[in-house]
Amino acid sequence: MRIPILRIGRILLASIQVEMSDSDALRFQNDVVQKIAEIEALGIAIDITSLEVVDSYMARVINDTATMARLLGAEVVVCGIQPYVAMTLVEMGRDLIGANCVFDLEQALLRLQERIAARGDADLDKGS
Amino acid sequence: MSTATRGGMDMQLCIAEAMDVVRARADARQLAALIGFSPADQTRLATAVSELSRNILQYAGKGHCEMSDISTDTTLGIRIVFEDNGPGIADISLAIQDGYSTGGGLGAGLPGTRRLMDQFSIESRPGLTRVTIALVRRRA
Ligand SMILES: Nc1ncnc2c1ncn2[C@@H]1O[C@H](COP(=O)(O)OP(=O)(O)OP(=O)(O)O)[C@@H](O)[C@H]1O
Ligand SMILES: [Mg+2]
Repeated sequence: MRIPILRIGRILLASIQVEMSDSDALRFQNDVVQKIAEIEALGIAIDITSLEVVDSYMARVINDTATMARLLGAEVVVCGIQPYVAMTLVEMGRDLIGANCVFDLEQALLRLQERIAARGDADLDKGS
Repeated sequence: MSTATRGGMDMQLCIAEAMDVVRARADARQLAALIGFSPADQTRLATAVSELSRNILQYAGKGHCEMSDISTDTTLGIRIVFEDNGPGIADISLAIQDGYSTGGGLGAGLPGTRRLMDQFSIESRPGLTRVTIALVRRRA
């Protein structure tokens, strides 16, 4: 099961639409990193609306992916975390998700644009 | 491959590969919904099942779980027993501490599951590990 990663200029958009197995999650992490490097992405929004369960493994994959993306110079925003998933994560232990989170995709794209603009080192509209 | 047999509201699942973890948490959610648990509790339960079935896969290779409806006239209840014949947990009190992992994980699985559930117990020796969880709610 491959998660499609869409490109809008130098921003990437990954929307997880299905429940992922552990191996799907690792492949997704790999695809994200490859794609960021390939187009020298300035930012990526990861939409996890469809994830009905985020356990400690998935939390780690999301965190690691965000860290890798940042190391490559891309801003990362996670969006769409379900209310019950958020409750469960907090009950399980603090700080399981370290990435920057917003409500939905629209806010994620806005937040990315703000953060990229604040860096002032890149032109959003130019392809690489 | 996972095999499910449902007698009344009980079911048994084999856990032997990555997809079985996905299936186990989906089945747990479905059973919890059938019993009448709230969406928040369904999510707690699916998450706990995900953690414990992954531990089986990761540390024992394979095993199984059995989910049972333990509801009464006044309460909703579900109990899930996870069993494997792997190496066992050497030090249980260490294993349930936040951040303890021998597998390079966050070490959040067992302590997190314990906080999500009403009942949580572990018995373990080499060759048999049994983790039992339960969620019980007063009927509305
Ligand atoms: N079924 C099992 N058989 C043998 N050892 C186990 C089993 N389940 C857990 N353990 C041991 O207990 C430790 C803690 O488990 P826990 O699920 O809390 O963390 P983890 O699996 O290491 O990381 P995480 O779940 O956060 O990804 C494991 O690292 C492992 O040593
Ligand atoms: Mg674990």
